Amino acid sequence: MNTELAGIIFTYALTLAIAIPLGRYIARVFKGEKTWLDFMAPFERFILRISGIDTRKEMNWKQHLFALLTINSVWLVYAFFCLLFQAHLPLNPDGNPNQTPDLAFNTAISFLVNCNLQDYSGESGATYFTQHFVFMFLHFVSAATGIAALVVLFRAMKDKVTDKLGNFWDYFLKTITRILLPISIVIAIILSFNGMPTSYKGKDTLISMQGDTVHVSRGPVAALVAIKHLGTNGGGWFGANSAHPLENPNYLTNIVEMVAQCIIPIGLVFALGFYLNKKKFAYVIFGVMTLGMLLLLIPTMQAEVGGNPAIARMGISQPTGAMEGKEVRFGPAASGYWSILTTIISTGSVNSMHDSAMPVSGFMMMMGMMINCFYGGCGVGFLNYYIFIIIAVFISGLMVGRTPEFMGRKIEAREMKIASLIALLHPFIILVGTAISSYVLVHMPNADWAVKPSAWLASPGYHGFSEMLYQYTSSAANNGSGFEGLGDNNIFWNVSAGFVMILGRFLPIIGPIAIAGILANKKFIPESAGTLKSDTSTFGLMTFAVIAIIAALSFFPALALGPIAEHFSLIK
Amino acid sequence: MKTYLFPAIKLTVILIVILAGLYPLAIAAVGKFTPGHGDGETLSYKGRVVGYANIGQKFTKDQYFWSRPSAVDYHADGSGGSNKGPSNPDYLNKDVKGRIDTFLKHNPDIKKEQIPAELVTASGSGLDPDLSPAGAQVQVARIAHVRGITTEQVNNIISANTVQPLWGLFGPAKVNVLKLNIALDELKK
Repeated sequence: MNTELAGIIFTYALTLAIAIPLGRYIARVFKGEKTWLDFMAPFERFILRISGIDTRKEMNWKQHLFALLTINSVWLVYAFFCLLFQAHLPLNPDGNPNQTPDLAFNTAISFLVNCNLQDYSGESGATYFTQHFVFMFLHFVSAATGIAALVVLFRAMKDKVTDKLGNFWDYFLKTITRILLPISIVIAIILSFNGMPTSYKGKDTLISMQGDTVHVSRGPVAALVAIKHLGTNGGGWFGANSAHPLENPNYLTNIVEMVAQCIIPIGLVFALGFYLNKKKFAYVIFGVMTLGMLLLLIPTMQAEVGGNPAIARMGISQPTGAMEGKEVRFGPAASGYWSILTTIISTGSVNSMHDSAMPVSGFMMMMGMMINCFYGGCGVGFLNYYIFIIIAVFISGLMVGRTPEFMGRKIEAREMKIASLIALLHPFIILVGTAISSYVLVHMPNADWAVKPSAWLASPGYHGFSEMLYQYTSSAANNGSGFEGLGDNNIFWNVSAGFVMILGRFLPIIGPIAIAGILANKKFIPESAGTLKSDTSTFGLMTFAVIAIIAALSFFPALALGPIAEHFSLIK
Repeated sequence: MKTYLFPAIKLTVILIVILAGLYPLAIAAVGKFTPGHGDGETLSYKGRVVGYANIGQKFTKDQYFWSRPSAVDYHADGSGGSNKGPSNPDYLNKDVKGRIDTFLKHNPDIKKEQIPAELVTASGSGLDPDLSPAGAQVQVARIAHVRGITTEQVNNIISANTVQPLWGLFGPAKVNVLKLNIALDELKK
């Protein structure tokens, strides 16, 4: 077996070996059982006392959402103004300028919603202050928001729970102090010992061997990169993200960053099983998600390792696969693996340039984001999956002629309406956005924006269409990766993608919590012979079918115009 | 308002201090004990710092191993890839074709099918510090000829600087271009 493939298998095995115990640990933290980080308790009490928060007050689902949305609004305002005035704030050794209002709007939303779409380049568009005090801070708290929301859902799914669903501040703070911060410290230390910079010194200037003057951007990168992956954020320090040799120096750091972004999403699926004491239910979900991942991963790796057919026709050998936009130290296999995991998991960091990937890979990456629940982002992955479970339960109930029930509660019209709206929102904002941008491109090519529509696309034809489709897909899925050839730093893209991101974040959090909250208030019906079992592989396949029909098929026409058409034009 | 907004603001302020202030300072303190002391590892030649070990630099002269093509011309303060799509006709017929022609002109002993793709495609960061061993070997004849040394000497430098897959098991083999070129210049004395 070759070393590149072995590297992938090792990475995935290591991910599971960490994610399963982590899932058990997360369940213990939120059940209030003893864990080895209990020494954090006085520290947490101190923070809560200063903030004037009493975590003994339990909240219902509306109060949870109110707390969540309030603190998120505070962060949005804070982030927007920091970015707008970053040149005048401290810690700006490279003397970078303020962000324009539309860029600051886009960037603030982007980091707030765990998307991390970046229409600027880290070396020149942000300062050390905004990198740490805005981006890294939001890396932590946006991930904690998603996880806290998921814990509310876990709690609501428990037997005999009514409207007392615990305290939001408690879930939120514990996510940071017991999960994100301790693991980030470990990861950051490993990364720093592998050559990732940690100091606050600004740009260095030196003369190269050939006599060229070179300016090298640096900075305290390691701390940010750790949480950028652990919190499935993805917004990197440098423009090239984790393809940059200081943001991902070698194959070992590549494994570490890859594992870091998967352990929480996968761990949370297992945490569900431990928390509800329904392990089989969690295993079935994990199975469906893993099947989905493999269906996207295998064609991608084949395409990348196989190389670009157009370059092969020019008579060039491609022993290391398609190398445009890739780094030698990772190779095509690890780059393909990263591209799929980062798109299904909503991280959106990249170790190769997705715009230059083969059309098959681009197709698979977009599918990953369109489905957005194979593992998915921190907390929100399962929230998305929950919507599909509700729909699957409802459809299966109708098929066998029974009232649909899930976890001992009846699913009725109101819950189904919410679930359908959330499931359809995602294709709606992506396809409408792409349609509008295509219209603008054709009918207003010379609009007087920072980048004229006629200069938006880096490649013509089908691929150019894919660039726009990818941008909205990534925004709606809160992924943040991009087909970076797109000239997106102008008012049209900054503002439209900003709105898509914010809709794609908060409605899919509000919907599932509302459903779960409403269900928890219904009468509990104990399981009987007539209950549809939700922990069987049959039900797993049913959910998979619902995902395939709703998420995948609604995008098929758009995908046919983009990556699918490009694929067939390339193989000739 | 009072129940949610004020606690939210106070909690935000405290968390900013801890997460954006104390956490990275602690990591910076640990970073002092790493190779490169947290500033990034540099390499020197004749006592002068000539580059960062992990940051690729431009090598276009015939007596040096060439680095990979870069979409940002190795500007280490503005990383990035070409972001050209795989079917883009300009990219294929100008960029890639041009690089093939240049390479063949400077390496007359090499046939087209011997050129590995990495030497005619731009890297993701534009700062790729490495080549695959094959990417270095294909340049041996040119360098030996220009420098008037034997191909064996050049090959020895490649094998001495080749980094095998992680723990001999995982990932591709690679060779750092800057280290190769320092070794070449050191050979001269």
